[in-house]
Amino acid sequence: MATAVEVRDLKAWFGKTEALHGINIAVESKHATAVIGPSGCGKSTFVRCLNRMHETVPEAKAEGQVKIGGMDIYDVPAVDVRRKVGMVFQKPNPFPSMSIYDNVAAGLKLNGTRNRKTLDEVVEHSLRQAALWDEVKDVLKKKSGASLSGGQQQRLCIARALAVDPEVMLMDEPASALDPISTAKIEDLIFELKQRLTIVIVTHNMQQASRVAEYTGFFLMGHLVEFDRTEKIFTNPSDKRTEDYITGRFG
Amino acid sequence: MANNGFTKFRRRATDHAATVIAAGLSALVVGTLFAIFTYLVIKGASSLNWTFLTQTPKPVGEAGGGMANCLFGSVLILLIASALGLPVGIGAGIYLAEYGHNRLGQLIRFTADVLNGVPSIVIGLVAYGLVVVTQGHFSAFSGGVALAIMMVPILTRNTEEMLRLVPQSVREAAFGLGIPQWRTTISITLATARAGIITGIMLAFARVAGETAPLLFTALGNTFWSFSPNQPIAALPLQIYVYANSPYEEWHRQAWAGALLLIIMIVGTTAVVRFVFLRRMLGAR
Repeated sequence: MATAVEVRDLKAWFGKTEALHGINIAVESKHATAVIGPSGCGKSTFVRCLNRMHETVPEAKAEGQVKIGGMDIYDVPAVDVRRKVGMVFQKPNPFPSMSIYDNVAAGLKLNGTRNRKTLDEVVEHSLRQAALWDEVKDVLKKKSGASLSGGQQQRLCIARALAVDPEVMLMDEPASALDPISTAKIEDLIFELKQRLTIVIVTHNMQQASRVAEYTGFFLMGHLVEFDRTEKIFTNPSDKRTEDYITGRFG
Repeated sequence: MANNGFTKFRRRATDHAATVIAAGLSALVVGTLFAIFTYLVIKGASSLNWTFLTQTPKPVGEAGGGMANCLFGSVLILLIASALGLPVGIGAGIYLAEYGHNRLGQLIRFTADVLNGVPSIVIGLVAYGLVVVTQGHFSAFSGGVALAIMMVPILTRNTEEMLRLVPQSVREAAFGLGIPQWRTTISITLATARAGIITGIMLAFARVAGETAPLLFTALGNTFWSFSPNQPIAALPLQIYVYANSPYEEWHRQAWAGALLLIIMIVGTTAVVRFVFLRRMLGAR
């Protein structure tokens, strides 16, 4: 098995509060890994450390080692990390001032790509990958990203993240604000995407974790309690706390 | 329930009362503006003619004369003020919104609020001390400096507020794509807030366009044409002030016409910016 993301002794703080107490994990390449746990357990903080988004919060800092594709992400500029490690957020957040086309092209355009043909190709390719092309191809430059429905907006955000060709895609509860049909579309997308890139998905929905992810990590109060194959976590967990959580005894 | 009908009636009555009060107060605001404008038209429209727009002031007793040089002077002073004030005010607003979560930010915010409350005549004195005394003569430039000082705090606070209205999630989306912070600020955050920022610019512009006090001992006024930023220059508010205080009937009429011209200039500029620029910007909907 090839490791895409290797995390060693990762600690994270908000001000003086330690939110992650030394996480060790190896995320397998071209597979989906789910991160589950009760609210406030540090799962969002954990994924936000993987593309150095955590440190954009005032007073927040992180320590430890995160290796992606062999390089330590804390040794290179944050912007370089974020081009390799895409992110999709809980609430769809298209750029409200931009058309659908410009939303998808933003990552390339604002990092210096000017070639129209390249941009056109990448926009179409990304929207196709995000299964949104057919719905928006006629209004690409006419409609703003914010005019789409919630589910479409989230797929637009996925297309936008795909356009910069990342190796890893972090998804922070990408479907929790969406209806079941839109959720199913996002899950289908995850199946497609993990053929080519590595996915780490935070979710509150344990059925979702078992549907989309080969591996699952259970977080509790800033610790990674258990990390294993998803079916093992959900059928035969080795830790009592994992069992209590997935059977609904707490959290 | 016994009181069901009464409760329903009471709620509906409250709802109606609130609507009527809100509508009445809105009418008061619009009505005031409308009344001012109507009064200006009645008093000034008859004197607002081609001569008024093309000639310079004439001595008392001579017929005709206008405020062409004053209109030009106002435009020049406002251009100077905008050239100086816009970059500083908007730049400071950007700093406060995007980087100002610290002591320096608090200090700037407090200073801007205090500056906003400083009487305009005091700001005129400051410009007098800074520019007129240093250069040794009155000038359009010093008037521009005075008005720029007045524009800065309005622009700073407005730009900050408008940028803060942009959700953090929009910035995060940009960071998540590996777009550097300066790029995010220029191309994403400012672009998202641009309508509000432009409205703020218009507000600041309108606020200072009618200022008289800061120009009294900076631009000074001038009854002749002057095209130089280094010479004393006429301005609409100054000329209105002089004419309105005079004992002459003809000058009073010209003061009204000047006031009407000033309002038209402000409303016209605001309207043009609103309809031309904002519509073009919001085109891609």
